[in-house]
Amino acid sequence: MTDQLLFFLEVVVAGMLSGTMYSLVALGYVLIYKSSSNFNFAQGAMVFFAVLSFVGLMELGLPFVAAFIATILLMMLLGLLTEKLVLRPLTNQSEETVLMATIGLGFFLEGFTQAIWGVEVRKLDLGVKDFPIPWIADNLKLFISALDLVAAVVALTMIAGITLIFKYTKVGLGLRAVADDPGAASSIGIPLKNIMFFVWSAAGVVALVAGMMWGARAGVQFALVDLALKALPVLIIGGFSSISGALIAGLIVGATEKILEVFLGPMVGGGIEGWAPYVMAILFLLYRPEGLFGEKIIRRV
Amino acid sequence: MAESRRFPIGDPVLELKNISLRFGGVKAITNISFNVLKHEVRAIIGPNGAGKSSLLNCINGIYKPQEGTILFSGQVLDNISPNVVANNGVSRTFQNLALFKRMSVLDNILVGRTLHTTSNFWEVGFGLPKAMKEDRKNKEKCEEIVKFLEIEHIKDAPVGKLSYGLQKKVEFGRALATEASILMLDEPMAGMNVEEKREMCRFILKVNDEIGTTIVLIEHDMGVVMDISDRVVVLDYGKVIGDGVPDEVRSSQAVIDAYLGASHD
Amino acid sequence: MKPIFMTFTKEDFINFFVIMVVAVAVVPNIVPTSYWYVSILIPFLCLSLAGLGQQIIIGYTGQLALGAAGFMAAGAFACFNLILRVPGIPFFVALILSGFIASAFGILFGLPSLRVRGIYLMVATLASQFFIVWGIDKFGWFKNYDTSGIITVQQIVIFDKPLTSPLAMYLLTLGIVTVLTLIALNLVRGSTGRKWMAVRDMDIAAESMGVSLLKTKLQAFAISSFYCGIAGALFAFTYLQSLEPAAFSIKLSFQILFIVILGGLGTINGVFIGTAFILLFPVLLNIVGTKVFHGAVDATIISSVEQMVFGALMIIFMIFQPLGMAKIWENMMLKFAPKPDRRLTS
Repeated sequence: MTDQLLFFLEVVVAGMLSGTMYSLVALGYVLIYKSSSNFNFAQGAMVFFAVLSFVGLMELGLPFVAAFIATILLMMLLGLLTEKLVLRPLTNQSEETVLMATIGLGFFLEGFTQAIWGVEVRKLDLGVKDFPIPWIADNLKLFISALDLVAAVVALTMIAGITLIFKYTKVGLGLRAVADDPGAASSIGIPLKNIMFFVWSAAGVVALVAGMMWGARAGVQFALVDLALKALPVLIIGGFSSISGALIAGLIVGATEKILEVFLGPMVGGGIEGWAPYVMAILFLLYRPEGLFGEKIIRRV
Repeated sequence: MAESRRFPIGDPVLELKNISLRFGGVKAITNISFNVLKHEVRAIIGPNGAGKSSLLNCINGIYKPQEGTILFSGQVLDNISPNVVANNGVSRTFQNLALFKRMSVLDNILVGRTLHTTSNFWEVGFGLPKAMKEDRKNKEKCEEIVKFLEIEHIKDAPVGKLSYGLQKKVEFGRALATEASILMLDEPMAGMNVEEKREMCRFILKVNDEIGTTIVLIEHDMGVVMDISDRVVVLDYGKVIGDGVPDEVRSSQAVIDAYLGASHD
Repeated sequence: MKPIFMTFTKEDFINFFVIMVVAVAVVPNIVPTSYWYVSILIPFLCLSLAGLGQQIIIGYTGQLALGAAGFMAAGAFACFNLILRVPGIPFFVALILSGFIASAFGILFGLPSLRVRGIYLMVATLASQFFIVWGIDKFGWFKNYDTSGIITVQQIVIFDKPLTSPLAMYLLTLGIVTVLTLIALNLVRGSTGRKWMAVRDMDIAAESMGVSLLKTKLQAFAISSFYCGIAGALFAFTYLQSLEPAAFSIKLSFQILFIVILGGLGTINGVFIGTAFILLFPVLLNIVGTKVFHGAVDATIISSVEQMVFGALMIIFMIFQPLGMAKIWENMMLKFAPKPDRRLTS
């Protein structure tokens, strides 16, 4: 393989690997949307809150596992409160009203997180270094970061796990029923409260893991919230209600963004990744508004 | 219905030829052809789900039929979209109400005057005399309609707060405001009591009689249909099963079967 | 209520007169220091103008468009470049042209609204925010190759007189915002506003009445970004008195969104109420922080609390009063002066 091609491959792989992380963040949104048809704009802030709480708890002395479990419990509590205080009172309101409320929730959570844990950037050491894996570098002449690879594997595992749950378990079926028609689902005996609790807990876990992966790469800091905004184009391209869509769209966005940045970036001074995903989303919207795997919306008059 | 008409029934203003409409795998309308003559009151009847509203949506450009053509006074329109159709003299009301919920009754009806508003936003923004004069004229016209429909007492109320029957009236008023030559009404009397229905019939007939507006009417109440329509087309399962004057249609076996629910094969 | 002149009623004239007297005659005499002009009144006017723009597109036309700050940036940098490169250009001409340039971007990034709505449109419009600010930052030409990161803007010169005092800046901004507000009032009360609201409430029905969705939506985007562009130019020239792309961040876009939502969607006076709140509340918090807690509270905690309050208020309003502060104000006014025929929107 020529050096040029090798380099291109490296860029694509690195892009896709970081793309899986976008997918992981997007997964949190998809979970909530899939089971309640609500778009939780605050999911990004939840990623931030989750990982900062985790790191903060460790700083306070808790060992890794205890901090992890404690944070998960915290996220479950957060989910419960969100459902009870924000989403339930707005059940029959318009989509826009709920969206605005979740934007407000996001803001609240950001402020709350910073008030409690402060604004300094923190490091998160997961034991894996952001360094090219020697074996692959030597044999395939590709420089792929170990951290990227681990993060990708974790992301893929979670995505696979959640897909299986949705497809093959009773809980998953219940979730899909609730998303389609909460009234009908509850009238045939599906325990809405339990289902929603499960969903929010899952979204919380996803948020924490996503935050940890990103935090390990780039430090745990406020910029994570802007990152979460990047998940939005991924959702558009993949479809708001599709888990596989989140995965594939994440890969596409990650790879394209990296390619554009590496090859076009030098010509314009960099920063293309700031807006490229959004422009991609616009192009997708023009040709396939419902996303790759989303549900087509037919309006009946 | 055959007393000397001020506006004698004329040539076809609307012709549907072999219209078919599908949603995915579901066939909503199959090979429908019929016409509407100028100045007539044409009723479309049929059991629920027969495709009546979908038909109106095809005429008005909301749905695009996969097959067939629609002629407006003999012409095929290049790009059938709702506002193009509106520009060609067709207005309508909707089965499930499509009012502008956050605007007042008068403002809703004023939107019906869009086709009679030529001021651009510069003229409106700077309050130029042309825009103000036009606005005043349009408001006067709408006040006339409000008076005609006897809803003066609620003209500034937000429509979302009104009763269903009143909302139906407002929607009728909005369609009237367009001064369209063809008015398509989708169940304009649904949810009204006898008194209100009689009133609505009176309004519809008056508009048809005194202004000559061609009316296409989807209606479930047989009494109303027999009373006020000139011709009726009957749909069932997306197909035409009857087409003619009320008496003919009323005694057609196919129609009787459809309404009494004879088994369909 | 019958309009007397343009779309203005007798009540409007009284309100206008009172507001103008207060703004022009009273305020300059009671304002203790120029701090008030610089930090409160001038940004109040600039942000309100941007809020008006957002109100037009979100509140009146129902298009969920974020990214006001991007159009503000376009307007600000356009004004800077026009004054820089067109010798002797009158300030007002540069200002208006900047508005048109922002408009052009508005129409471009408004195109997705012809195909999508809701959250999809919101994400698409975020593109304008990131792209415009990036473009201005990356291409040195816009910044006149200034590498310092913060550019000082030129002095505003009107009829050969440079404007330097805060009072002058205040009066200039006041004048411009007043005129644009009056125009906005005419628009929303006239046929243009009704078309916008029809598109917002039931676009299929609007189309069936002859409204062209394409023309109406793009027109709304054009006008709304015109307002944001002018607001941005004023923001840079009279408030910040400097230009840096970072000032037009997504945070600013969200601030303006909050103004419109908390103030009340679909109302003009809601914009001013919302802006007043967004500006004054942090001041209040600061006072509480210093006076009540005697400076023991960290500045970052204060700004975090600020964020929490705005977020919480958003949730509370959406649950209890989705029509915003303008509705609360209207209800209060009705209690004191009940009127049989209130306007639904102003």
